[in-house]
Amino acid sequence: MEVAKLTDVTRIYKVGQVETRALNGINLTIESGEFTSLVGPSGSGKTTLLQLIGCLDQPTSGSVVINGKETTGLNRNQRADLRKGTIGFVFQFFALIPTLTAYENVEMPLLLNGKSAAERRKRVMELLEAVGMADRANNRPDQLSGGQQQRVAVARALATNPKLILADEPTANLDTENGEQVMEIMKKLNKETGATFVFATHDPRVIKYANRVVTLQDGLILKDSQANGKQRGDQ
Amino acid sequence: MINYFKLAYRNLGRHRRRSFLSGLALALGTALLMFIAAFFQGEMRSAMESTLRLNSGHLQVRDADYDPDKLSVAWEYLIENPSHIAAQIQTLDVVQTATPRLFASGIVSARDESVGVQIIGIDPASPANDPYRTLTAGEFLTADDRDGILIGYPLAQSLGLGVGDTLTLLVNTADGSVDQQPFTVRGIFTTGTTAYDKGIVFLPLAKAQAFSGAGDRASIIFVLLKDREQAEAVAAAISSPNYQVKTWRELNQLLVLVNDFSDAYLVVINFIILGVTVTVIVNTLLMSVFERTREIGILSAIGMKGRQIVTLFLTEAFLLAVGGVTAGTLIGWAASAYFGKVGIYFGDLGLSAEMLLEDRIYTYLTLESAINLIITAFVITLLASLYPAQMAARMEPVEALHGK
Repeated sequence: MEVAKLTDVTRIYKVGQVETRALNGINLTIESGEFTSLVGPSGSGKTTLLQLIGCLDQPTSGSVVINGKETTGLNRNQRADLRKGTIGFVFQFFALIPTLTAYENVEMPLLLNGKSAAERRKRVMELLEAVGMADRANNRPDQLSGGQQQRVAVARALATNPKLILADEPTANLDTENGEQVMEIMKKLNKETGATFVFATHDPRVIKYANRVVTLQDGLILKDSQANGKQRGDQ
Repeated sequence: MINYFKLAYRNLGRHRRRSFLSGLALALGTALLMFIAAFFQGEMRSAMESTLRLNSGHLQVRDADYDPDKLSVAWEYLIENPSHIAAQIQTLDVVQTATPRLFASGIVSARDESVGVQIIGIDPASPANDPYRTLTAGEFLTADDRDGILIGYPLAQSLGLGVGDTLTLLVNTADGSVDQQPFTVRGIFTTGTTAYDKGIVFLPLAKAQAFSGAGDRASIIFVLLKDREQAEAVAAAISSPNYQVKTWRELNQLLVLVNDFSDAYLVVINFIILGVTVTVIVNTLLMSVFERTREIGILSAIGMKGRQIVTLFLTEAFLLAVGGVTAGTLIGWAASAYFGKVGIYFGDLGLSAEMLLEDRIYTYLTLESAINLIITAFVITLLASLYPAQMAARMEPVEALHGK
């Protein structure tokens, strides 16, 4: 089943009179349960592509369908609604809310989805257990290491059981050990829950976990290969 | 449901000193608003009471030809049989008291110094004279006193007069000439209004009439009502072609005008103070929005809607407003209560008889104005906070996530 389908997507940024074509006609389909890496050099369009799939941004032209729903033309609140229930995010920086505890950070998406107190409690503890952070539930981000913060961020991304989890350079600010741990956890959750993971990265440690690697260059898909080495025919 | 109060409270706690100073600014602003309102209301109340009690009364009955500016005792300007008319007016239920008074202009001389004064002939027994009965020395006048005079404290000070001393009073008489006679200072009065006390001397009505040649006549019937709002109705009831009946509103047009405008002045001052105060709050929230741009991006990315982001920032403003306005109300109320008891000394403000002010102004805050100010401070703070809140809500998640 298709979780995301991008058709002929371009994204052009205008700064003053200067136009930058970040994406130049992308066609890409992400199937349910994939563990996909978007790779490529800086400026190749990885983050832009991730932002479009995550409905954080809108394409200049083309179509982005998430979970069967066309997202181009949705207003800000409609996109927020779509993100709320369908998409989880893990960012490069440890994007936790500094005034909230680990528990409360994971609870926030559940609150936004209107879950009951009992449901929230069960789900938050389940996820903190899964990422090995249950014993630090009451710690605030400044009391956690970078790796611990990123694990909490992964738990938060999974809180609402989203179809799709998007991670932008999730290991960029982590040392090898913590980076491996975070990737192991995500891989495990991918297998256990069937959630789809898409990463933008140029970290070989991340790429080796992927079962599909999409290589971008100058806003175009250069190569789309599966872990078994087969080429895919999206583009 | 999201506990916005918990989030807002923690967000304010990130920069405790900044939040405290913002709350303090609002507290001082609110306290200042209350105190200024109390001062204005106290001032207007004092002006109204002093002017009506000491000078104009609630109603004055005068001869049809009377000209108050001349202070003339020529017979054609005076009322005949004033005691009889006063007694008739006194029979009306709404009338507290009615008494004849004679006004004449004169000069007081003592020890080679002379001061121009207004001579007022009064019926010493009338309760309308109560404001003059506070004496710093001596006794009040009696109706049959033939050489006694009551003078104000500042006049006694400036001429170096004490009780029992003699002064010479010169008067412009009914026939246009002048007469003079020595009088003994019987008592020295103080109304607390220097502007009034320094230019007035009192004689018993009968003596003033005889001295000035006014016969059995008076300049006005001075009327106090139980309720001054009844003045127009009473004036209509006692009107006659032979007399002019003037209400306190007609007699104190300047004061009524100032009183009416004082509310408008107050509104302008309120908005200036609130404008400054609210700028501090808005500035605090704007700093907060700029500092938390990335955080707003994260909240937006995980599905928080614009309306919820607005609510979050408004809740922070609300908490600041609750703290600031509550503290400000307490400070403002305490200051108003204190100066309402001890007053603020201004001394002789040198205002005309059209608008008399006591030397000491006592602040006076009504519950209604206090509540109005609290609500205004609250609402304006929240309205002003909409700007930074909307700014946060309108951030594009992509840009906010990059801290732009």
